[in-house]
Amino acid sequence: MSSMPNQDSKPDAGAPMIAVENVSKSYGHSQILKNCSLSVARGEVVVVCGPSGSGKSTLIKCINGLVPFDSGNIAVDGISVGGPRTNLPALRAQIGMVFQHFELYPHMSALENVNLAQIHVLKRSRAQAFEVSTRLLSRVGLADKLQSRPGQLSGGQQQRVSIARALAMNPKAMLFDEPTSALDPEMVNEVLDVMQALAQEGMTMVVVTHEMGFARRVADRVLFMDAGQILEDTKKEQFFKEPATERARLFLSKVLTH
Amino acid sequence: MNYTWDWSVLTQSPYLGWLLSGAGQTLAASAGSWILAMAVGFLIGALRSLPYRWTSAAASVYVEVFRNIPPLVQLFLWFFVFPEIVPASLGDWIKGQMPMPELTTTIVAIGLFAGSRVAEQVRAGVDTVRVRLLPAALATGLTPLQAYRLVLFPIALRRIVAPLTSELLITIKMSSIGLTIGLMELTAQSRQIENYTFHGFESYACATAVYLSIGLIATGFMHIVNRRLTGSLAGNR
Amino acid sequence: MDWSVIWKYRELLAHGMVVSAMLVGAGMIGGMIVGALLALARLSRFRTLAFVVGGYVTVIRSVPLILVLFWFYFMLPLITGQPLGAMTSALTTFVLFEAAFYCEIFRAGILAVPQGQSLAAAATGLGNWQTLRLVVLPQAVAAMVPLLLNQAIILFQDTSLVYVVALRDFLTAANVVVGLNERPIEVYTFVAVVYLAICYGVSLLVGRSKKAALR
Repeated sequence: MSSMPNQDSKPDAGAPMIAVENVSKSYGHSQILKNCSLSVARGEVVVVCGPSGSGKSTLIKCINGLVPFDSGNIAVDGISVGGPRTNLPALRAQIGMVFQHFELYPHMSALENVNLAQIHVLKRSRAQAFEVSTRLLSRVGLADKLQSRPGQLSGGQQQRVSIARALAMNPKAMLFDEPTSALDPEMVNEVLDVMQALAQEGMTMVVVTHEMGFARRVADRVLFMDAGQILEDTKKEQFFKEPATERARLFLSKVLTH
Repeated sequence: MNYTWDWSVLTQSPYLGWLLSGAGQTLAASAGSWILAMAVGFLIGALRSLPYRWTSAAASVYVEVFRNIPPLVQLFLWFFVFPEIVPASLGDWIKGQMPMPELTTTIVAIGLFAGSRVAEQVRAGVDTVRVRLLPAALATGLTPLQAYRLVLFPIALRRIVAPLTSELLITIKMSSIGLTIGLMELTAQSRQIENYTFHGFESYACATAVYLSIGLIATGFMHIVNRRLTGSLAGNR
Repeated sequence: MDWSVIWKYRELLAHGMVVSAMLVGAGMIGGMIVGALLALARLSRFRTLAFVVGGYVTVIRSVPLILVLFWFYFMLPLITGQPLGAMTSALTTFVLFEAAFYCEIFRAGILAVPQGQSLAAAATGLGNWQTLRLVVLPQAVAAMVPLLLNQAIILFQDTSLVYVVALRDFLTAANVVVGLNERPIEVYTFVAVVYLAICYGVSLLVGRSKKAALR
């Protein structure tokens, strides 16, 4: 196994899996995140929604340190993300991320895409990685596409490979950045189904999405962001029945009319 | 390293005069070649882009010939071969009475070479806009020729200002090959100073600085042209 | 017209072509090695180094090759304290000159790989060097091949400029033949045709490699 990341505190069963405290971030003159706080318990599924430019993608990318933040704290399973002694690559190996544009490596087959980090980060042998990758690709319904290149796969298939690639690292939590926004409508469900199965198996998930149907079915909590702030953070039922803020009500009414 | 420095060499006469004259010749050769290159390049580029087989093929031949033969070889062909293969009266005039033969020959040689490269940029520019804009223009009832003249070419030309800047810089650098046929441009003069004074470091450094300045001015000029042509669309990249 | 003069001096011309080929070979191989190092320096986190290298690349690319040939022809013997022939200084010039252009090609190729690819690799825990080696470079190389071939054509054409330091490459050898024979029409036409054939041939390869890169 790769070296363990430095730990500032020991993880314990009651502590949240993901703890975001008062995080702010500016880029030039605009403030992208304003004092955001969020706590995700083990096994919880949190959906983050809101208009474009609200900072949802930035927030989720701060959680695994892909985007640095200016102030505040983020800890995943007790390990500080901004900490000076934190081994960021090792931490990222424990968090899975799925991107809006899939970001599969075009010069590798689906199998090789899923193998890559297992071999080079987890130091698994080729045989072990092969076994894990095959199992995961079958699980997402792509057993017959192992040798296919991303260019030969549809968007929905690519995104499912991307989910398998993240799962191959045995992550403690999964982050989804608008996973179905770039897909043709008929492929959205095949990806959402995989995500729903994952949630039912107890994976801790933070999902940035516009798919309110998915939120209603699968989420435990819903967050609403606008202009860099988290305006709502409520249990799903409460959010859909009656959101607290006017802004969220307006957003829901526009999104749900389709 | 055994070297005595003497920057004052650059300000003494006749060396200062040489440098100024050299810079002048470089500017003259660059400007002359660039104007020729633009004229030829746009014409050939336009011919290549039009969907008529014969003109397109002829223009392609021009581009491939003039772009694949090294510019120095082209210069020698114009200087040594051309006067011999044209009718005797023209040949004699070129060799005898043509004014500023080194400068003129250099301008012709570099201009036609650079022209082939400009033609390529024009063709590439038209190709990228043709896919979307040609059907749109034809759909409004324009004939193909009108579509090219009124829509495709003007738009393509605005988009290729950036690659043309790099062609301009190449043209300016190319002016130095004139020294092989006796054009006393900047590089030649700096070499001359090195020969006479042995202070090569100073003279070459000066030439380098002048080329850098000319390049900066040329880039700035093209930037202004870009802004004027595209107005508010020319954002910062 | 008497074309037999070319056959008569074929050895001289062939030797010249060998010299041209050597200059191209050294310029490409040496240039790519040094260029790769320069590119790494420019892309690195060390700001001063990146700045200095950037300055070098900008100056070299703004100045005529003939001037750079004169620079090195003049400077190298002073630095090494020994007299050096035209060949050594020309080789050094081409390696260091081409390096600046290869540096920019490598940099452009690497920067052209979408940022999402590096993010995705980092998200799975791959380190910076691993990401570069396994994900970014393989993709960058495919895009770079047409540019590298194009640069090779330009380099081949540029070797003709060693005329100014009296190094006997293909063109300079041809000049010698013209000097001996006063037959400029046949000799220069022959030279032009040879350059045309070689450069055009390689440019066809460039076209093919561009199509391959798009796949």
